[in-house]
Amino acid sequence: MFNEIDCNMNSNLQFSKVQFPNEKRVATGYAPIALEIRRDIVKMLTLAKSGHTGGPMGLADFMAVLYFGKFMKYSANEPQMPDRDRFVLSGGHLVPVLYSCLARAGFFEPDELSTLRKFGSRLQGHPGLDTELPGLETSSGSLGQGISIAVGMAMADKLVDHNDRKVFCLTGDGELEEGAVWEAAMAAANFKLDNLCWIVDNNDCQIDGRVRDVMSIYPLAEKFEAFGCNVIEIDGHNFEQIVNALDKFEQNNKNKSGKPTVIILKTFMGQGVSFMQDKYSWHGIPPTEEQAEMALQELK
Amino acid sequence: MKNINLQGKKTTRHGFGEALVELGEKHDNVVVFGGDITGSVMTSFFQKKFPERFFSIGIAEQNATTIATGMALSGKIAFFSSYSAFAAFRNADQLRVSVCYNNANVKIGGGHSGITVGPDGATHQSLEEVSFLRALPNMTVVVPCDYNEAKKATIAIGEMYGPAYIRFGRSSVPLFTTDETPFTLGKAEVFREGADVAIVACGLMVWPALLAAEELKKNLGIEARVINNHTIKPIDGETLTKAAVECGCIVTAEEHQVYGGLGSAVAEVVVKNAPVPMEFVGMKDRFGTSGEPEELLEKFDLNWQAIYASTLKVIERKNNGNCEYRPLTDIPKYEK
Ligand SMILES: [Mg+2]
Repeated sequence: MFNEIDCNMNSNLQFSKVQFPNEKRVATGYAPIALEIRRDIVKMLTLAKSGHTGGPMGLADFMAVLYFGKFMKYSANEPQMPDRDRFVLSGGHLVPVLYSCLARAGFFEPDELSTLRKFGSRLQGHPGLDTELPGLETSSGSLGQGISIAVGMAMADKLVDHNDRKVFCLTGDGELEEGAVWEAAMAAANFKLDNLCWIVDNNDCQIDGRVRDVMSIYPLAEKFEAFGCNVIEIDGHNFEQIVNALDKFEQNNKNKSGKPTVIILKTFMGQGVSFMQDKYSWHGIPPTEEQAEMALQELK
Repeated sequence: MKNINLQGKKTTRHGFGEALVELGEKHDNVVVFGGDITGSVMTSFFQKKFPERFFSIGIAEQNATTIATGMALSGKIAFFSSYSAFAAFRNADQLRVSVCYNNANVKIGGGHSGITVGPDGATHQSLEEVSFLRALPNMTVVVPCDYNEAKKATIAIGEMYGPAYIRFGRSSVPLFTTDETPFTLGKAEVFREGADVAIVACGLMVWPALLAAEELKKNLGIEARVINNHTIKPIDGETLTKAAVECGCIVTAEEHQVYGGLGSAVAEVVVKNAPVPMEFVGMKDRFGTSGEPEELLEKFDLNWQAIYASTLKVIERKNNGNCEYRPLTDIPKYEK
């Protein structure tokens, strides 16, 4: 379908063909994968001429570990594999980082990334299940809902089907201002969903400014602990810490702790590009072609 | 129509609650979510029979709706039921984005609907939800007329794929259909033949529509066609277009605001395919108040007398030609 879309692109903005299918996972280390993801995000957003750049850039390191490490079971050849683990993106605006991971994992060709937000594309501005994009588990875009969907999936696995599938769900931090997420937290603990791993992207940025200034959600770890969650707070740009945190979730799940895991990722919006780093102004805008060139110079 | 006789009174919520148990027996992937008022909406029957497939979410309709979506995306037929004042409003965004945009197999049971929830007053008298729900892509909306039909409708929405809403009430209402009365989702049923006027009703207004038709016949010799339009979406355009063409005027009757409910859905079909004069019986853009169901139905003109009066009005408009109607020799094909 995407071939019909006119992508009159500047050669800097072409996508590499590299993919990291299952058998190659981890072998390269995470850094080159995270770099490729960040380059994808810059190119996708520049071509799209609208969208969210900063958040996805800050998540590249975590997502590189989640999608290309040993933690999530999936098959790009069989996206609906019945015993796959599931990733639910609750903050739909962060989707460029997911599209990049899916392309690099082999769910579709990286060239298709150039169609983000364009008419006829499977890569909707906020993800839509009606596109039947392989690897996508849910539609999202209205904040605060995906985490409850993830709770429902984890309940289906643990309480109805009694299997050992895992559910990973990513929310932003501004998203935690939506009251419904705390209903989800209550339910996750109530149903003892130790098969649920909730990742909070704590970059302390949202469109209007610092989260602490717009509407403080802090103290965060204490809140989740009070709800009854297993909370792990880490540097979201440190691969070792990310791996350890996901290991702890695995243990927590295997030991049937009865507690959902919450990983609070301390990240910087726009991580990897100096003029974007930690700037909330990069939440909801794309780079210009000149800015993209500068960014891609840094991302080498 | 055969088999339309008053057999006493019973609540539609009983039909819903019993049907859930039947569905649970037949399909092991039916799961039900409770929102604290499980006895009122009778999901407690299912809970008792299948405790391992029943989940109490507490007073959190947004969460229940979205958790149900997650279950549905895991291959379950997920029912959530609460009062429709909360199960179809508090969670509006969740219904739109999580349930409908995902086209998830989630079923919403809206209980204690309409003015007849009675003494609880206006906050609990849900009179607008059909208007919102039928605007959502992928959503099916059904408003059964009595206990038997509520049972059939619940099973029907459980066995179709996709988001659906069923509306039922708190108080006992006339029971007049039987196991043999035909019921097909999306198919309006002609409960009484006639060609002078068509009365299109849903929910607890179907019985008064039949009463009004009998009075019209007895007093004035008018033959009214009574159509039970239980499925508001997808609407049965063919039956309604045929009624417009053959009867030349229509009265709709619903226990819901006239803006956006059954009347609007019928008018959308009629205006496009065979424009005829219409009158609308329903709540006239206002909130309800505390009182017994019978008192409220009378106060807000939701009874056979109101239908009767509207019928005379619409026939007069048809005959005086202030909305010119010319009978067609050929029935035009219904177009969506
Ligand atoms: Mg943020």
